[in-house]
Amino acid sequence: MNKTSYQNLIRGIIAENPILVMMLGMCPTLGVSTSAINGVGMGLATLLVLIFSNTAISLVKNIIPPMVRIPSFIVIIATIVTVVDLLMAAYLPSLHAALGIYIPLIVVNCIILGRAEAFASKNTIFQSILDALGMGIGFTLALTVLGAVRELLGNGSVFGYLLLGEDVNPILLFIMPPGAFLALAAMIIVFNRLRTKENEQ
Amino acid sequence: MVQKKSTFWNMILTLTIISLTAAFILSFVEQLTEKPIKEAKNAHELDAIASVVQKFNNNPFAEKLTINVPGQKNGLELYPARLDGNINSFAIKTYSNNGFAGRIELIVGFLMDGTINNFVVTRSLETPGLGSKVNDEKFKSQFRGFNPNRQILKVRQDGGEIDAVTAATISSRAVTNAIQKAVDAYHNFHAGK
Repeated sequence: MNKTSYQNLIRGIIAENPILVMMLGMCPTLGVSTSAINGVGMGLATLLVLIFSNTAISLVKNIIPPMVRIPSFIVIIATIVTVVDLLMAAYLPSLHAALGIYIPLIVVNCIILGRAEAFASKNTIFQSILDALGMGIGFTLALTVLGAVRELLGNGSVFGYLLLGEDVNPILLFIMPPGAFLALAAMIIVFNRLRTKENEQ
Repeated sequence: MVQKKSTFWNMILTLTIISLTAAFILSFVEQLTEKPIKEAKNAHELDAIASVVQKFNNNPFAEKLTINVPGQKNGLELYPARLDGNINSFAIKTYSNNGFAGRIELIVGFLMDGTINNFVVTRSLETPGLGSKVNDEKFKSQFRGFNPNRQILKVRQDGGEIDAVTAATISSRAVTNAIQKAVDAYHNFHAGK
């Protein structure tokens, strides 16, 4: 794999992490990160849609006139999300029962449109898929960690396993919406502190 | 390949083609998945029914009854469970619109003497980690063997005998009231017979 491809793949994980650096897709991030498993679910569903949408956008990028590209992208993304939703409900019902509520939310996730506009509409299919993979993994990781932190503080468990025992009273606030903002802010501070320190060295 | 120019006709043509293609794909996938989705949903519902009633070997869907709720327009669905032809328990699909995040749907299983056997929440948007705990064992186990004829089916805050989930009184109350609704509907049905 050459250097550009490698760069496109790993960029989304740390240097341009969609949540922690680019601050994209805040609505689903704050909304569904109440537990670690929710974070994994939403992350993987987004990753899947991102791969399909980047591929599709990259395929049709040259036949879409620039002035109508945003409405075109939205129609393409919404179609892909609906198709994924229907296929999953039909053939993977148990997975759909777990992820089902997140899938329609993906249409309004600005990471999808953001990558379509900023990357897939200017690059080849292969590079667009790499970009989708990297961004999807970065999104999933950040969302899982945020979900785990909130679940641990707010419910005393991680991935449903009780870690603090029955007697400890968890801080319920962290499961509720205000806790999402607090936990995310703390995570962004720590992450960017570490990231800039590494860049300085 | 050169980027297409944004002329009026180009734009109209592109948007039309994209929308038509999207409509075609969606209606094709919709047709393809309509049957499997229905089957998956039925299997899911049957699992839910099986988890709240006694052992059975009939098809509860085939014997579905709609029973009236006193003072309400829409009835509830009742599914009898039979083992070798004898009804041993039944499930009632009930709901409450007063959850913390709107509608909660559940299936409650009753034994023939009206005792609650078990219930399962089939659809809810309650806060994960808070209201969603109404579907957890700790809350549910209080209902097993609960007899609404002798005991008061209300959360403790309302003078009943059910301990609400900590910090989720609204969700607990909604579930308890939904079960009471099923009890009322069954009494109504029983009295009418």
